[in-house]
Parts: sequence; C-alpha cells; structure tokens
Amino acid sequence: MTVELIRGQNHPLPETRLEIRVSAGQPIAAGVTLNDERGRMRDATWIAHPASPRLPGVEVSKQAAADHRLAVDLDALPAAVHRVNVLLALPTGVGGPTSFGAVAPPTAAVTGLDGAAIVSYHIVDLDAESAVVALELYRRNDAWKVRAVGQGFAGGLTAMLRDQGLPEAEELAATINAAVASGMARAVAPAPPPPPAQPSQPGRPVAGDATGWSMDERLYNQVWGMFEDLARATAAYRSAVDFADSRMDRELDGVLSDPRNRVGPVADAARAKAQAKRAQLVDQARAALDRDVAQLVAESEVVEPALPPAYARWDNPCWHAYKIPDEVPMALRLGDLSLPEHVGLRIPMLMRMPLQRGLWIDSGRGGGGMEAALHDSEDLRRRAAETATAIAARLLAVHPADGLSVRVIDPTGSVGGLAPLVEAGVLAEPPAVGEAGVTATLAGLTQRVDLVQMAIRSGAGDALPPDIDLAEQLLIVRDFPHGFDDRGVTHLRYLADEGASVGVHLMIIGDREDARAYGPLLDPLWRALLRVTPVPDDHLADPWVGHAWTYDPGLPPQNSQIVPRILRQVAAARQTTQP
Amino acid sequence: MSLNLSKGQAINLQKADGGTLTAVRMGLGWQAAPRRGLFGTRTREVDLDASAVVFADKQPVDVVFFQHLTSDDGSVRHTGDNRVGGAGQGGDDEAILVDLQRLPVHVDQLVFTVNSFTGQTFAEVQQAFCRLVDETNGQELARYTLTGGGAYTAQIMAKVHRQGGGWQMTAIGEPANGRTFQDLLPALIPYL
Repeated sequence: MTVELIRGQNHPLPETRLEIRVSAGQPIAAGVTLNDERGRMRDATWIAHPASPRLPGVEVSKQAAADHRLAVDLDALPAAVHRVNVLLALPTGVGGPTSFGAVAPPTAAVTGLDGAAIVSYHIVDLDAESAVVALELYRRNDAWKVRAVGQGFAGGLTAMLRDQGLPEAEELAATINAAVASGMARAVAPAPPPPPAQPSQPGRPVAGDATGWSMDERLYNQVWGMFEDLARATAAYRSAVDFADSRMDRELDGVLSDPRNRVGPVADAARAKAQAKRAQLVDQARAALDRDVAQLVAESEVVEPALPPAYARWDNPCWHAYKIPDEVPMALRLGDLSLPEHVGLRIPMLMRMPLQRGLWIDSGRGGGGMEAALHDSEDLRRRAAETATAIAARLLAVHPADGLSVRVIDPTGSVGGLAPLVEAGVLAEPPAVGEAGVTATLAGLTQRVDLVQMAIRSGAGDALPPDIDLAEQLLIVRDFPHGFDDRGVTHLRYLADEGASVGVHLMIIGDREDARAYGPLLDPLWRALLRVTPVPDDHLADPWVGHAWTYDPGLPPQNSQIVPRILRQVAAARQTTQP
Repeated sequence: MSLNLSKGQAINLQKADGGTLTAVRMGLGWQAAPRRGLFGTRTREVDLDASAVVFADKQPVDVVFFQHLTSDDGSVRHTGDNRVGGAGQGGDDEAILVDLQRLPVHVDQLVFTVNSFTGQTFAEVQQAFCRLVDETNGQELARYTLTGGGAYTAQIMAKVHRQGGGWQMTAIGEPANGRTFQDLLPALIPYL
C-alpha cells in the first residue's frame, strides 16, 4: 500500500534496491546528490546528473523528461554516504517555464523492484523556485528511511548545490544545465515551437516553379499559371466592384422610391452611406487585387529573365547568346498580354508549337482600337510588316537549321518591312511577285499538303516524291488580297483549313476592309486565323473568364539589330547544312 | 486531428500555427443502402450532388454544382459529378475546392448542400459524410456525418463564412427537399 507523504514526513524503507519515479507535467531534469553524515557533499563527484548519470549505486536519466525512473541501490553506495537527495530542476535557457510555480506540481514516488509504490509525494507549495530537493533517503541506525523534503531553491541548481557545501556549485550547475539544454535540442523533449507563421506572405517566387519534365515545360506551365492567376484575380476584383455598384444602386433606389425621402438630409445621409459602403468594398477588392498583382509582378520579374529565346522578349539578353536549337520548342511567344487594371504586368502570350492556327496580322483599323486610331494607315502597314518579320524571325530561330522553309507572296513587289527576311537570305525562294508568282507558290504548297496528307492516310511516308520539301512551311502573304483571284483565295482557304496539320502555316498580312469585295465569303478565313495586331489592341479573350486582354506584339526595341542578326545566324547555319 | 462536428457547431478555420487557411476542400461521400426485396442483390444507385452556393450580403451571387463546375472567378471548383457514390469507400465521391484567399472580397458566405438528384430519400443512403480538408496538406479539419437519414431529399450541410480576418465553418445539417440547389435557395436563407 502506498503511503502519501506530506512535507517533512518520513517512512521506513523495506528494501535497499529501489526505483524513484518522478512525474511532472513537462520536461524537467532529475539528479541525485550524496551527502556524508554532516549533510555535505564531499566533492563534485558525489552527484549523478544528466551530464554524468552514473555513480556506484545510483543511476539517473541523461535528459530532461516529463517522467523519470531513477535507480538506487542503497547497499552499493560508499559507506561514507549517509544521505541521498533526489533533486529536480527546470531546464534553463530553452524557453520553457522558469519556476515550479508556473507548472503542475511534480510527484516523486519510491517503488520497490516489483513496481509497487512504497511512498509517494506531491511536491506542492512551490512558487518561484526552479530547483527542488524532492526526497531524501537517509541512514538511521543501519536502516534506510525516506523523507519528503520539498525544499525549493529560487536560485536554482547553483543555490542548491552551494547549500550542500559544494564550493564549485556554479560551474557544476552550468555543466548540468548545458547537458540538459543540449539533450532538449536533440528534440527528445517537445520540438521547439515552429517559427511564427506569416499568414498571406507567400514565399519568394522562383522561375520554373511548376510541373513539367523539362525546364521549358515548367516555364511554359508557370506562364500559363500566371496568366490564369491574373485572369482570376482580376475577375474577382471586377465581380466585387460590380457587386458593390449594384448594391449601391439598390440602396439608392430604396431611398428614392419613397417620395418623402427624395430630398433633404435623410436622403443625403442615406446616399452618403450607400456610397461609403461601396467605396469600402471597392477598396477591399482593390487591396486584394494589389496583393495578388504584387505577387505576380514579383513572379514575372524572376520568370522573364529565365525564359529561353522561344519564350523571351526581344530585349532579353538570351538572344545575344542565341544558338541554333536542336529541336523545336514547346511553344512560341507571340507577344504580351495585359489587362487595363495593371498595364505594367505583361504576361507572355505563349502558343503551342507547331502552331495550330494561322496568323492574321491586321494592318487595318478593323478592330477600331484606340491605339490603331493614333497611327495613319501607312504607318500601320509598315508596323504590320515589322510584326510579321519579327514573328517569322522568331519562328525561324526556334527551328533547327532547315527545319522551317519560309516563302513570301508579295504581289505588289514592295518588299518594305519584310526586307530583313529577304536580305538575310533565309527565304526558300525569292518573294513571289505578281499573279503568276502567287499562283505558282500556292499551287506548290497545295500540292505538298495534298501529297503529305495522302501519305499519312495511307501510311506510306516513303512514297513521297523526292522533291517534296519536308520541312515545316511558313507562307507569308503580303497585302492580302492584292493579286489574288478567286482561285487563289480558294487555295488559301484550303491551306488555312488543312495546312496546319501537315506543317504548312499561314501568316496573312492584310486589312479586312480591303477584302470587302469578297463579301462574307472570306469570313471563315478570318475566323480560322488568329488575329494579331501590330499595335496594342484588346481583342483577345482568355479561356477561363473571357476578359478582353490587350495584345502587344512585343516588337524589338527601336534601332535594335537583334532581328537581322538572328536571321543572319539562321541563314549561315542553313548554308552549312545544305550541300 | 480532425474534429467531429455536431449540428450547429462552429469551428474556426485557423491553423494551429496561427496562419490562416488558404485552400479547403469540401468532400462528400456516400453509399447506397442495401435494399430488401425481390431482387435484393440489385443495389439501386443513388446520385447525390454536392453544390456550393456563394453569397454576398445574403444574396446568392454564384453557385458551383455539376453543371457549373467553376465559379465565375475561378475560386470555387467542383471536381466533377459522381452519379453512383461509394466508389472510394470512405474517400470523397464529390469534392468542391475553395481557394479562400482568392474569393472575391464581397463574398462572405459559402453554403454547401447535398441533393439527391435521383429522388431517393436519405433513408436509402448510408455512411454519408461531408468533411472539410485543408487542401494544402490534406489534413482533415472537420467531419460531419449524416445520421438518421430520413424522408428528405436534400441536406444543408455546412457553411463557411468570414469571421474577423479569417474564416469559420459551421455545421448546419438541416434536412430539406429538392432536386438541385435551386429548390433549396429559400431554405438556405434562414441559415445565412
């Protein structure tokens, strides 16, 4: 039967091999000191503590814990030992509680080897103390007894050890504390609390932070992720603003519907209140949008410089280290996209390669965009040609040498903005001029599409005539529909519909107004092509929420020689591979 | 550690480390109860549908259900219709993902409902539950088990609403009747 001791009470011990169990609500260090007949420690070796857990007849645990089992064999102790003190101490310097007053009272119990408790003692009434002598086992007339001591020391281990007559108390206490602290650091005790979380503080963005097998794919997915995020964040903002507006209208209607309230201070107050409510919600929405946009801007700042040439802006330094690639990239940058809420944030517009749709570079004011109105038609035509050149140059640059043949149909023969392509010598043949040229080029390409389709359908790729150019084809049509007759237009529609799947791509530069004579017959052709504008214009919709995005072709900076340089490099590579 | 909610109980969706939740998934799972009868082995399939109705100022502004899988702003997404249930045997049969951070600021409540599209009452459903999972780490935050399925065809499960700077979830667990969420809208109003 267990005897509950109160402070100062003693009890005889029937055995000499004992276990002392200590339990506390949280990790504490336990130790044992030995005293001689005068109640003093003979020297610093008369203590078992976490840094030195064994003495003859005594064993304590090496680390702080909420539960301890100390083993004591009283017969094995040196004969000079008359008293065994069981001491407990709170770990210092680990951020836990610093006094026993702040924790649940610990319990010490003495048990025999069979596990039956002989006595137990709740060490209550502790306050500012950080170390305590819990029990003492002492020799009395050749028998051992236990006494509940509960003597606390506000000065901690140092004070306790000094009380037992140890001159080097301070050093020893420091050793013990260090051992306990390093034991805690090994995370036997509860792990240190995690660093305080910073809510809504996303980590620094990293380029390529998306799924994919290659860096190209990861960057591609990341850019699309940014595109979607911006679309969604803006949609959230717009819907909140719409909601705020409609709620304000509703509340104002409510005020106005009662004739008595239409004028006067009541109406003014209600109106002011409704407006304030709207302003508050719009401010909140704006704050949320700003937070998201700031995150995307930060992401854009790390992603843009990391992009490979196929995805990069023309002013990206990667173009200066350009090399002819070995394979076609996943996608191609056709320009930049932005929304009016934050024009500074431009998302690369990446299209999968090979292009599934032809491009229509709009040299007219068909869209009626604000920007287009600022340029005269001559200027627009020149910019359209420049845009076509830049996109064609990019396409050539991302294909392996001889991977892409570019043909130009230029019925009016005014090379103009396409000059860099012609001068660099990257065209498969000189620009087709006049009606005869148009017909010949279209017939050649149509035949190619037809033959390749047949070969694919019948699985007879090796039966193609040897003079077929198996490289991808890009046909640039200048000033459409000049020089085209009905036959030519039909050929072109055939190429637009069937060409992309067998590697024949169209790029038409034209003004829809000029083709008005054809009536609605050409509408399907325009619709089949992706409209690209030489000046910023908001005609592109995203696939998620359908915002109108402003497209900017992202032309090279003025006076930049990067496009001619890249084209010369492409032409040089071509000459070395051709016999 | 997951918390089993009882009807009307609310929990704060704050993480243990003080951070706020950013994305949660409301998962719904069920199994058709075995039937007695002439063809006892023939289990009748039950099609339950999870929907989330998005409210601002007690006005429904958007809804996510099997015919409109993504909210207009993209912050609430339904993973798709499951018309038989019970496939996962404890997994979620239908799930709705909510990006709490991206919800437009005017949205202040989301109510999750379950409807029996095929018209069976909840008496023919067993082991139905709805649970809220922290989507960032897959930890279950709260689980609400439908008990005592009765002669009703819909259940208003729970709502997630703004509370101070964060979000709170309240289990509602009220029976109702209706084939899709539209039938439930009047019944939702008292719980907003």
